[in-house]
Amino acid sequence: MSKITMREAISKAIWEEMERDPSVFIMGEEVGVWGGTYAVTKGFYDHFGARRVKDSPIAEAVIIGSAIGAAMVGQRPIAELMTINFAFSAMEHIVNEAAKLRYMFGGQFTIPMVIRAVGGGGRQLGATHSQTPDVIFAHFPGLKVVSPGTPADAKGLLKSAIRSNDPVLFIEHAAMYQLRGDVPDEEYTLPIGKSTVQREGSDVTIVTYCKGLELSMKAAEQLASEGIRVEIVDLRTLRPLDMQPVIESFKKTNRAVIVEEGWKSFGVGAEVASRIYEEAFDYLDAPVRRVAQDEVPLPYNRTLEQAALPQVEDVIAAVREVL
Amino acid sequence: MKKEAQLDLYHQMVLIRRIEEQAAELYQQGKIGGFLHLYIGQEAVSTGLIAARQPHDRVITAYRDHGVAINCGLPANEVMAELLGKATGVSKGRGGSMHMADASKNFWGGHAIVGAHLPIAAGFALGDQYAGNDNVTICMFGEGATNIGFFHEALNLAQVWKLKVLWVCENNKYGMGTSVERASAVPEIRQKAEGYGMPNSRVDGMDVMKVYEAACDAIEKVRTESHPYLLEAVTYRYRGHSMGDPERYRKPEEIKQWQENDPIGIFRKQLVSKKTTSEKALDEIEARVTQEVAAAVEFAESSPEPELDDLFKNIYAES
Repeated sequence: MSKITMREAISKAIWEEMERDPSVFIMGEEVGVWGGTYAVTKGFYDHFGARRVKDSPIAEAVIIGSAIGAAMVGQRPIAELMTINFAFSAMEHIVNEAAKLRYMFGGQFTIPMVIRAVGGGGRQLGATHSQTPDVIFAHFPGLKVVSPGTPADAKGLLKSAIRSNDPVLFIEHAAMYQLRGDVPDEEYTLPIGKSTVQREGSDVTIVTYCKGLELSMKAAEQLASEGIRVEIVDLRTLRPLDMQPVIESFKKTNRAVIVEEGWKSFGVGAEVASRIYEEAFDYLDAPVRRVAQDEVPLPYNRTLEQAALPQVEDVIAAVREVL
Repeated sequence: MKKEAQLDLYHQMVLIRRIEEQAAELYQQGKIGGFLHLYIGQEAVSTGLIAARQPHDRVITAYRDHGVAINCGLPANEVMAELLGKATGVSKGRGGSMHMADASKNFWGGHAIVGAHLPIAAGFALGDQYAGNDNVTICMFGEGATNIGFFHEALNLAQVWKLKVLWVCENNKYGMGTSVERASAVPEIRQKAEGYGMPNSRVDGMDVMKVYEAACDAIEKVRTESHPYLLEAVTYRYRGHSMGDPERYRKPEEIKQWQENDPIGIFRKQLVSKKTTSEKALDEIEARVTQEVAAAVEFAESSPEPELDDLFKNIYAES
C-alpha cells in the first residue's frame, strides 16, 4: 500500500493501461503538451509521444464522436472532456451515439471507449463550470457511468473502464484531486457496477458516491462521537446501479439518507429512495432523507456557493431526522 | 470500366429503384413502420461512389441509406427484412429503415441524426491512422448536414489531423422542405471545404460514370496524399423527403425537369449508344431485378419476428 492522491491514482491507471495495451490512447483538450488541465496527464506526452497523446481542438462533439469511431474500428481511446460541463456540447455523441450504436445495429458494433470528465462545484467557477449532472448520463441505457470516491477505487475502476468493451463515462471531481488514500502497489482492477460498504455501522445507512463519500465519512466520524453508528454504502457506479449492498444495509438499519452533490430533483437520491421503497418497504422505520445541492445555478460568491452545496452539517442533520 | 462491371452498376441502380418502389407500397400497406426516406433519383451517386472503393475502405452515410446498403453488397433480402423489422434484417429488426449496417461489408450505417455521423467518420479514419493502414473512410451526407456544427468540427479535425476521409455531399437541393439557398450561406457546398484548406470538387450526380471517375480520383488523392477531400455530387430526389411529405416547397415541373435526367435513363442511353450492350440485355437485367425484389419481399414477409426474450440483448457487450 502507498498513500497517494486521487490525481496520482488516476494518472497511474491511464499510464499503466497505455503501457499494457498499445491500442489505448488519450485525446482531448490540453492533454498533451500542456500536461492536462488538472495535470493528470503530466509527463505523458514526453513518454508516449504525440501519436498516443493527442491534443485536440476545442470541439467536444468531434472529440467524443471521433473517439467513438476509433473505438468502433478497434482502438481503445480515452477521450477527455476538460470538464463535464462541456459534455453538453457533445451530448449527441455521448447519449445518442455511444449509448445506442451497438443495440441499434443488432450488436454488430463494439465501442470500447472511456470518456473522462471532471465535475463538481466549490471552486468559484460560476454556474456553467460547476455542475454535477451525472444523473443525466446515468439515465441512458447503453452507457456505463462510474464516479469513484477514493483513490483506490478510482485506479481500479478506471483500469476496468479502459479494458471494458462498452462506453464508460468516468466522472472525476475537481475538488478531490488532492484527496489522499491507500492504494495497493500491485496490479489490480475493480469491477464496474458494484457498490461497496465503505464504513460499517448499524444505526443508519448513508448511500452516496464521489464527493458525497468524503462528506459522509466526516459526518459519520462526528456522529460516532455521540454513539451513532453510521454505515456508508458507496455506489461508485451509477449505471448499472448495484442496489444489493444498499438493500442489505437498509434491512439492517431500517433508516437511510442519500447524499449527492447534484440537484435533488430527479437525482440519485430520488432513484435510490424509490428503489428502497420498492424493494424494502417493510423495513422502513423512517422516511428516507435526501441531501443534495440547492436548486439554483451555483453562484460565484464563495459564501453563496457553499450555502448551496451540501455540507457535512447537512448530512448530520439529515441523519438526526431519520433516527 | 469493363462491360461486366458497368452492367453490374446498372443492375445495382435498377435494384435500388425497384426495391424502394416496393418499399413505398409496403409502407402504404402499413407493413413498414416509422420513417421511410427513399433514394429514388439519387442512385447514381452511391452506385458510382461505392464502385470506386476498395473492399477495405469504410462507408458511412445518413438515414437515406437503402441504396448505399445495396451498393455495399448487403443482400436485398436482408435489407427488405430490416424494413419489415424482422429478426433476419441486417440490424436484426432493431434499426429499421434509417439504421442499416453490415460491418462485414464495411458498411457502417445508416445514421439518423443529421450530421452526427461525420465526427464518427473522422474517428474511423483516426482509428485507421492510429493502426497505420491505408484505409479510406467514405462519409456521405446531404447538403442540409453542412449547416450543423458537427460538419464543421469534423472537417476541421480531419484537415488538422490529416485523416483519410472522403467527404461526399449529396446536394439534392432540399433539406426536408427547405431549399439549399434558404438554408446554406453558400449554395455550392464544396466552397465550405475551402475554409478548411481542403481539396474539393463538384460532379454531376445524375451520371454514374462521372461520379465513378470523380470518386476514383478523389479516393486516390486521399489514400496517397493522406488528407481529406470533399466531393459534392449534385443530384435530386424524385420522391418526398419521407413518406409523409406534402411537397409544398417545389413545383411538379421542377421534378419533371429532373426526371428527364433520370440517372438510370442516362446510364441506359450511354450503355446502348456506346454499344457496350444491347437494349435486350438491359431488359433482361430489369426482369432479373423484378424477380429479386419479389424474392426479397417473400423472404422478409416469411421471416420471423425478433424474439421478445431478446429485447435486452446487445445493450452492452459485457453485462
